[in-house]
Amino acid sequence: MSGILASMIDGLLIGSVYGLAAMGLSLIWGVMDVINLTHGAMIALGMFGMYLLFGASAANPYLLLIPVIAAGLVLGMIVYWLSVSWVIDRPQLMSLLSTFAVNMMVIGIGTAIWSTSPYNVNFSLPGITVGAYTFTGNHIAAAISAVVIALLLELFLYRTRAGKAIRAVADNRDAAELMGISSTQVLMVAFAIGIALAAASGALVSTLFPFTILSGASYQLKSFVVTVLAGLGKPFGALVAGVLLGLLEGAVSPFIAVSWIPLIEFGLFVVVLILFPRGIFGRATA
Amino acid sequence: MMLRRPLFWLILLLAAVFAWLPKHGNNVALREDLILVAVAIILTSNLNLMIGYTGYVNFGHIVFYGLGGYVGLYLMTVRSWHLIPAALTAGVAVSVLALLFGLGILRLRGAYFALATIGVLEAVQAFVSNFESWGRSTGMYVSFESYVPMGGPKHALWLTYFLIIGVMALSLMLSLGIRRSKFGLGLFAIREDEDAAIVLGVNATLYKAIIYSVSAFLPAVAGALMFFKNGMIDPSIAFEYMLSLEGIVMLMLGGQGTVAGSALGAGLYERLRSYLLTSPRLSAFHLVIAGALLLLVIRLAPGGLIGWLHRLVPRSREVIE
Repeated sequence: MSGILASMIDGLLIGSVYGLAAMGLSLIWGVMDVINLTHGAMIALGMFGMYLLFGASAANPYLLLIPVIAAGLVLGMIVYWLSVSWVIDRPQLMSLLSTFAVNMMVIGIGTAIWSTSPYNVNFSLPGITVGAYTFTGNHIAAAISAVVIALLLELFLYRTRAGKAIRAVADNRDAAELMGISSTQVLMVAFAIGIALAAASGALVSTLFPFTILSGASYQLKSFVVTVLAGLGKPFGALVAGVLLGLLEGAVSPFIAVSWIPLIEFGLFVVVLILFPRGIFGRATA
Repeated sequence: MMLRRPLFWLILLLAAVFAWLPKHGNNVALREDLILVAVAIILTSNLNLMIGYTGYVNFGHIVFYGLGGYVGLYLMTVRSWHLIPAALTAGVAVSVLALLFGLGILRLRGAYFALATIGVLEAVQAFVSNFESWGRSTGMYVSFESYVPMGGPKHALWLTYFLIIGVMALSLMLSLGIRRSKFGLGLFAIREDEDAAIVLGVNATLYKAIIYSVSAFLPAVAGALMFFKNGMIDPSIAFEYMLSLEGIVMLMLGGQGTVAGSALGAGLYERLRSYLLTSPRLSAFHLVIAGALLLLVIRLAPGGLIGWLHRLVPRSREVIE
């Protein structure tokens, strides 16, 4: 019994990283109604960004999150310009395909550079031992980092003018324009933040598990699941839903092989979408 | 009806050329090239039924192909069925499964459906990788005995080739038939405005589930044939995500929503891909080029090559559907 509890606590820690990734997806989706299919690729780039920075500097990975996030912001603006800026007002099919095209390009370049073999960031913090179980330091530190970043985002969205502008555009773009908010800039900033969050979560994952350039895809699926659980445009809800997903994974993983987990996640995804089309924590109007 | 449409005859001509070219002179290398083009056309034209006709993106279209391959190979190797009934049964089984899936996930609209299809792919792959009877992650092999009823491997491979050409022609005919049918009109209505279509009496959920299921049938048959030809199957080659994605590139390149576009895009892209994959310098970058191509097409010619032709020569709409 305590084994399940330990596994659930570990799931909770990892779940906060899922939540962080999903916050990025949810922010972009909520603000500009674009489903960012570069999400997985950006998570993977975050992993490799951490790998490269850690290899070059051997600094504390949690400090290295800062340059990863900064690079994510810049990259986000580039991706926005490349694939999103011109499809904002076109059918959703177009933004799905255009972000997806960028995803293919990033994965292609990544595969050419790093192949698809696994890498890891060789860093470990001392863990905390409770009875027969040890919670690794990396998992705890990753969870704390994820929560701190999430809180910073929440502060930014609710306590700054720029954050207010993002929320205004998410609520009603035309009305925001009439109030003198330049929605093109706001959209670009929101997109860049979304990508930076994806990169940050990838960087955190890289300190937990080995990864390949294709690893982002499974976190992308988790992000989708978490986003629909939380409801769109609810970044903080995404963090909570991410923790829930982690708990669920932790609760089932002692009983079944890890390779079954996508099946469970997908089942959850469809059931939630059908039963709660606006998310469990969703608001009444989209 | 069908007989008066030029594209009907063009499809027959295409199939005849595909069948005749490698057989004449027994050119096995050409056959292997053309079989890839044919499979690309099968996958793309059936994907077009979803994306082009109904306006629903299916990112996991390859699931049908892979599952068809699995069911077909299972029937042939474990149950020692003949190729043809095994392939047909695979098609029917996968279609039924797709119908069940479809009735569930097609209640989702637009982008949510697209996300669910990514999930279908991941979930099916996870299931097959754990499924004992299908060899888990090692997959299944075609034993030599399976070739015996067809007169040895050499004959069996030619037979498979002609069957695949047949499936290719059927796929294009299917698209052509649906395009001018009442059912097709219903799909187009859903694509243009689903709410309006429902108000006008189109049973959108049912229509979508049917087309999802129909678009599964021929790819599943092709999967059974193709994996029999390859002699083996495992989850990573059966559900190759990239192939699913490249199908979308092919469709957008040729022109979504048109029969000729799906064939043209599939043919052109498949040849480009073969060239890139065999070129020592560019092989690592074929995905990059595919992505860039997709981006350019969406940006500059959202209607693809055929859409561009239609704009240039409006009368061509009647002929090149």
